[in-house]
Amino acid sequence: MTQATLNAQFRLNGQDEPLTAATLAALLAEKAVDTGQKGIAVALNGAVVPRAEWPTTQLHPGDSVEIVRARQGG
Amino acid sequence: MSDPLIIAGREFRSRLFLGTAGYPNRKIMLDSVAASGSEMVTASIRRISLAGDDESLADLIPKDIHFLPNTAGCQTAKDAILTAELAREALGTNWVKIEVIGDRELLYPDTDELIKATEALVAKGFVVLPYCTEDPVVCRKLADAGAAAVMPLGSLIGSGLGISNPHLIELVCARSPVPVVLDAGIGTASDAALAMELGCSAVLLNTAVSKAQDPVLMAKAMRAGVEGGRAARLAGRIPKIAHAEPSSPQFGLVGT
Repeated sequence: MTQATLNAQFRLNGQDEPLTAATLAALLAEKAVDTGQKGIAVALNGAVVPRAEWPTTQLHPGDSVEIVRARQGG
Repeated sequence: MSDPLIIAGREFRSRLFLGTAGYPNRKIMLDSVAASGSEMVTASIRRISLAGDDESLADLIPKDIHFLPNTAGCQTAKDAILTAELAREALGTNWVKIEVIGDRELLYPDTDELIKATEALVAKGFVVLPYCTEDPVVCRKLADAGAAAVMPLGSLIGSGLGISNPHLIELVCARSPVPVVLDAGIGTASDAALAMELGCSAVLLNTAVSKAQDPVLMAKAMRAGVEGGRAARLAGRIPKIAHAEPSSPQFGLVGT
């Protein structure tokens, strides 16, 4: 791994983090998100990524990822 | 009596929509949903807890109950649109309660952003139910923008103050080309009944049930309030008059 990739950062739910996952699916696995549950959605750089595209969606330094869940609400 | 509510082609037997937030625990929430008879409950969309301590609402609610995800807390049309799109992906529904807040303390709707978000989401194929002010002009503009129903506030969210301006709600109902759902401010069952008597098609409430001393009993009371108010509306109330009108016969009085 080069120095550049070691220092690569991305934003996850509003926090800067080192980028170690290659794809959205890898990121979800890294974060131990139970993707078998319903009610989860992901946006990359302000656009929703459908579940079927998580394994093939590459992550790049500077990307902004939102992982959300349906929760109780009024 | 068959009196279904139809919004965007979906038929509801219950005219009460219930929020899922703020209950003492999960069991009381689920029991309240059941007691309310609601066929659609609201949900919010929030960043996942990476500590893994989230509960999956989508897996808790019975399958035969629809979700109405909201965009609560959004302050711009842009954020509301992305939240709606995430909700569609997360919950598999194109229905959305659009909330765009213009004042963080009052949680009062920002009408300009709300209309923008409604237009954009209708164009993207959403069934849009906007939470809005009880203003007949705003409600008409939202209907013109393609809203499937309008959801004017009774009073501020969570206030329990009931319907601050019943005359305006009545006017909105009389003039709206789409169903009117009274949203926010309901405190107790008589408020829900009044909303229906004024001509609302349905009521959406949360805090009045979730924070009641006995939420499940209040859910039952709200169901009865909505059903009573709807029946009274259909029955047609008597006009209000400023003098007495005897109900007993005026002939054959004893002693005359």
